[in-house]
Amino acid sequence: MTNTVGAEQEFRDRLAEGKFGVQSCQSCNAYVFFPRVVCPECGGISLQWCETQGMGVVYSTTVVRRSDRSGGNYNIAIVELDDGPRMMSRVEGIAPEAVKIGLRVTARIVDKAGTPVVMFTPEGDTK
Amino acid sequence: MTSLPDLRGKVAIVGAATAGVGNAGGGYNTLELAAIAAQRALTDANLTTRQVDGLFNNSAYHFLPALSMTEYLNIRPKVIDASTIGGSGYVSYVLSAAMALYTGQCDVALICHGSNQLSGRSGTHGRLPSLMEPHPYEEPYEPRMPIAAYAMAAARHMHEYGTTREHLAEVAVAARKWAALNPEAYERGPLTKEDVLASKMICDPLTVRDCCLVTDGAGAVVMVRAEDAGRYSSNPVYFLGGGVELSHRQIASMPDLTVTAAKGSGQRAFAMARLSPQDVDIAELYDAFTINTLLFLEDLGFCPKGEGGRFVSDGGIAPGGQLPVNTNGGGLSFCHPGMYGIFTVIEAVRQLRGEADARQVKDAQVALCHGNGGVLSSQATVVLGMPSTL
Repeated sequence: MTNTVGAEQEFRDRLAEGKFGVQSCQSCNAYVFFPRVVCPECGGISLQWCETQGMGVVYSTTVVRRSDRSGGNYNIAIVELDDGPRMMSRVEGIAPEAVKIGLRVTARIVDKAGTPVVMFTPEGDTK
Repeated sequence: MTSLPDLRGKVAIVGAATAGVGNAGGGYNTLELAAIAAQRALTDANLTTRQVDGLFNNSAYHFLPALSMTEYLNIRPKVIDASTIGGSGYVSYVLSAAMALYTGQCDVALICHGSNQLSGRSGTHGRLPSLMEPHPYEEPYEPRMPIAAYAMAAARHMHEYGTTREHLAEVAVAARKWAALNPEAYERGPLTKEDVLASKMICDPLTVRDCCLVTDGAGAVVMVRAEDAGRYSSNPVYFLGGGVELSHRQIASMPDLTVTAAKGSGQRAFAMARLSPQDVDIAELYDAFTINTLLFLEDLGFCPKGEGGRFVSDGGIAPGGQLPVNTNGGGLSFCHPGMYGIFTVIEAVRQLRGEADARQVKDAQVALCHGNGGVLSSQATVVLGMPSTL
């Protein structure tokens, strides 16, 4: 093994440095998320880290209903990155019920109780 | 490709029973409930625990469920399947048991499940412990699971095919109409489409009435080789075909949120049974959420992809409809003790034997049971039939 850590740890380490890492397979050219040590498309082990632009589109979405006392409603979405793979996240900076399938979104790394997390905002939103 | 052993008609279900469906009262633990169901199913087959040599069970309450059940019943199983794939497990175990019986690894297969998920909350026998690990690529977003996953499948289905909340509500209403005919069902009161649409939203577009119940319940099924079936039952129900397929664990990894692995499990089950969806008299489809029923009707071939909503409209799957679906009331109205799969099999057996009283589907000869687990992750299909189908 050429790496000292596995893919999950590497993903976390990169996030801590402010980088949203995905992988691309040098054998089959697939883009891979979530990060793995074996390519889910071809079964090879030639996965190379790359930084994604984090551009994508909402593939599906829901509003998790929660009382205002507990923090109010929030969004859960599956975002399809322009590179290909999908991931779970939240779309923020917009009312949770205004998040629609097909909405263009951009990733940003947000600090959540001391842990960096990939979240999305509508494309062009500079807030 | 090597062909599967032809299991069609080679094994049969000779016993089936439930216990503690709905609310078991708070004083029973999960092994006790499973054991009562197992004893009843064995009695139904003129057998006792002493003859069981194959065990197929699981539990969200026990880390080593096959061992706990083995010890409780004091049996010595020589073949087991305790695969943890969610509520589809008990349907997949029918196929596992068929393979084990056919190949002579056991003579009497017991499939069983017990849960006190409702009464355990306030009773003397403990809340459901969580044996579930956090998923690193989901946990930071705090999705309310499993419902958020099913809600996103429903949202995508609505987006691609024009499915509506009214279509989903039809599924809940049909389940309730069947439950109203079943004295064992937990929720039997009247329910209209308007009631469903006006009920509390949990994860859009799913309301509380689009979600399964949280109840107690136990069930058991006993299987033997077809050549032995006549010794144990005057009314054996034959295994005609089965298929299993898994696709993912986390919902974001599901290749297409509108197509489940039921497509593969169903195709293989029908191929083995040498039957098609048109031959099915009753379908018991694991309805953890209303969207499940639409997806499985489509993926199993009862209607084209995207047509599930129209298929269930105007009472299409309710009593008197074009296809009787979830004739016990389903996970939505009969019971849902965490994992529901075994109840699809038990209800199919009761219908095929003609024991379903007010909800009996006339002259039912072929039943399809379909189990789902995880977040649309694991799918298992079994086709059962009466001697006329052999």
